[in-house]
Amino acid sequence: MPVEIASLESTVRAIEAGSHVVAIHFVGERAALATGEGEILIAGGSEALIKAHKGAILAATGDGKRIFTAGDDGKLVATDIEGETETLADCGGQWIDQLALGPAGAIAWSAGKTAFVRAGKGERNLQVPSTVGGLAFAPKGLRLAIAHYNGATLWFPNADAKPETLAWKGSHLGALFSPDGRFLITTMQEPSLHGWRLSDGQHMRMSGYPTRVRSLSFTADEEWLATSGAPEVILWSFRTRDGPMGKEPFLLAPGAKDTRVSAVACHPQQALLAAGYSDGTVILVRLADAAEVLVSRPSGAPVSALAWRGDGKQLAFGTEAGKAGLLPL
Amino acid sequence: MSDKIPVTVLTGYLGAGKTTLLNRILSEPHGKKYAVIVNEFGEIGIDNDLVVGADEEVFEMNNGCICCTVRGDLIRILDGLLKRRGRFDGILVETTGLADPAPVAQTFFLDDTVGGRTALDAVVTVADAKWLKERLKDAPEAKNQIGFADIIVLNKTDLVTPEELDDVELRIRAINPYAKVHRTERCDVPIQSLLGQGAFDLQRILAIEPEFLAGDHGRDHDHHGVHAGGHHHDNGGRKHYHDEDMQSLSLRSDKPLDAEKFLPWISDLVAAEGPKILRCKGILSFKDDPQRFVLQGVHMVLDGDHQRDWKPEEKRESRLVFIGRELDAAAIEQAFLACVA
Repeated sequence: MPVEIASLESTVRAIEAGSHVVAIHFVGERAALATGEGEILIAGGSEALIKAHKGAILAATGDGKRIFTAGDDGKLVATDIEGETETLADCGGQWIDQLALGPAGAIAWSAGKTAFVRAGKGERNLQVPSTVGGLAFAPKGLRLAIAHYNGATLWFPNADAKPETLAWKGSHLGALFSPDGRFLITTMQEPSLHGWRLSDGQHMRMSGYPTRVRSLSFTADEEWLATSGAPEVILWSFRTRDGPMGKEPFLLAPGAKDTRVSAVACHPQQALLAAGYSDGTVILVRLADAAEVLVSRPSGAPVSALAWRGDGKQLAFGTEAGKAGLLPL
Repeated sequence: MSDKIPVTVLTGYLGAGKTTLLNRILSEPHGKKYAVIVNEFGEIGIDNDLVVGADEEVFEMNNGCICCTVRGDLIRILDGLLKRRGRFDGILVETTGLADPAPVAQTFFLDDTVGGRTALDAVVTVADAKWLKERLKDAPEAKNQIGFADIIVLNKTDLVTPEELDDVELRIRAINPYAKVHRTERCDVPIQSLLGQGAFDLQRILAIEPEFLAGDHGRDHDHHGVHAGGHHHDNGGRKHYHDEDMQSLSLRSDKPLDAEKFLPWISDLVAAEGPKILRCKGILSFKDDPQRFVLQGVHMVLDGDHQRDWKPEEKRESRLVFIGRELDAAAIEQAFLACVA
């Protein structure tokens, strides 16, 4: 990173989350920070702290109105902007560590080897061969991807058809569909991504990272997949029908010496992304010219959560040490 | 290093007393709080909200190396526990009686998040004084657990005679002469001698000397050149076992080694022979290098670094030990000595 770059630090509203910020999702106008102490801190305006889980929050997602959190207490809880909570599922102490939201209010979660889907009034579950590493709904239709050891399973929970298996050796830990639904991408135990073109099962290997990829985000124009895990933000092209196959990735915003990008979040409308680093730095990067603006300087602990409000007018960030902030744009 | 959370792995064949030891660690007033990863709920008699059940999912790494396995469940659970890292001082991982300790240990070398935030402290193996000899014959898992251990809690000593106890310890020594052995009745070993050992910490490798039978002081244990555990049968008329299957191998050299020769050799050796090598450890003196080089490995995974300057009074000697199966002692010795500068 250049020594002197423009800074928005003075406009950041600091938030003390108190413990590891696991994820951030906006509920209405306000940011909801899910923490390692099982709390949800609703920030922006007056703050409210809700104890949603007995132990740590392991996963979170949001639909803009509520934040859904899963914890090591085995519960799946929805919390709204008023701080009202509703327990949606209870796995009796077994960790729920994966969550995904689908179209029309569908929600999926997993405990051990079992993935659950609730859509409308019905709930179904599917057991896969090993512990679920990641869950993602396809953008259209009720179709769930379940990442696990040696591949991923594609399942239509409302159909009786046998789930389809996408095989690739190794442990798959996270899942994401491309916004056009043509590709499924998984993060792996090895420092790489794997992808399948769903029309023909064509494999895509995206490798070369020094550490495991934990954060993925598609750009607003859906043409690039921004990823963490390297000293720079690594962007893979999904512009053409072949996706990133045979193309070199695009590298942006190298961090300070010995740091890694730990979180990425693309702006929902503009060609802009937020990147968080393992030393706590947060910056904004414009894709067109790679111009950088500093949001938060190094604070020691890795940035563990980054989120944009749906209207793109606020960025929220949080670190493993509980330091967090809100940047209005 | 100091902010890494220490992880102690508890292994031991079925019925050896692992759960007894775990309950002792959790109930004794040592002022520390441990998160515990167990393979079966319900056996722990302690109410602890930091007890997590695990499934022992052993995953192969997709890197073409057959012995590069990790415990997938452990990565997931440690990730989750680290979100509450202020709540505990250390983590205990209990493995099933039939588990191979290698995937657990390799997880700390092969996963960047786990390796970056936690440190494998030691592998503690509980062994049953009465039945271990039988298990060493019929259960390869039991032998792996002994071969792999940094600390062995030789338990249920009240069920055998003193002679039988010495005999079983000799059997252990034939496989692993480097582990510390504690003789216990109901796993009554001081907790501080099990936890906080730093056995996998490169910075804490001070010496690599075989441990001898308790009370067996003053015996000449000056080995020259190669000592393949058990090949000496002339230790003052003492019984000395040779394990047919698993041995230790100790190499030493008074002459400095050529790092340019040694490092490629050891890398190639573990790449080729990794499946047979359970553990290796070394303190090395390289030519024109004022610092001690230390290394530590599990199967094909090797970790090495400069540790500190050699002290003026210290004997600049290279030591390298292996514990493994069917090691070709002569060939390894020859190749090691060829690395002398």
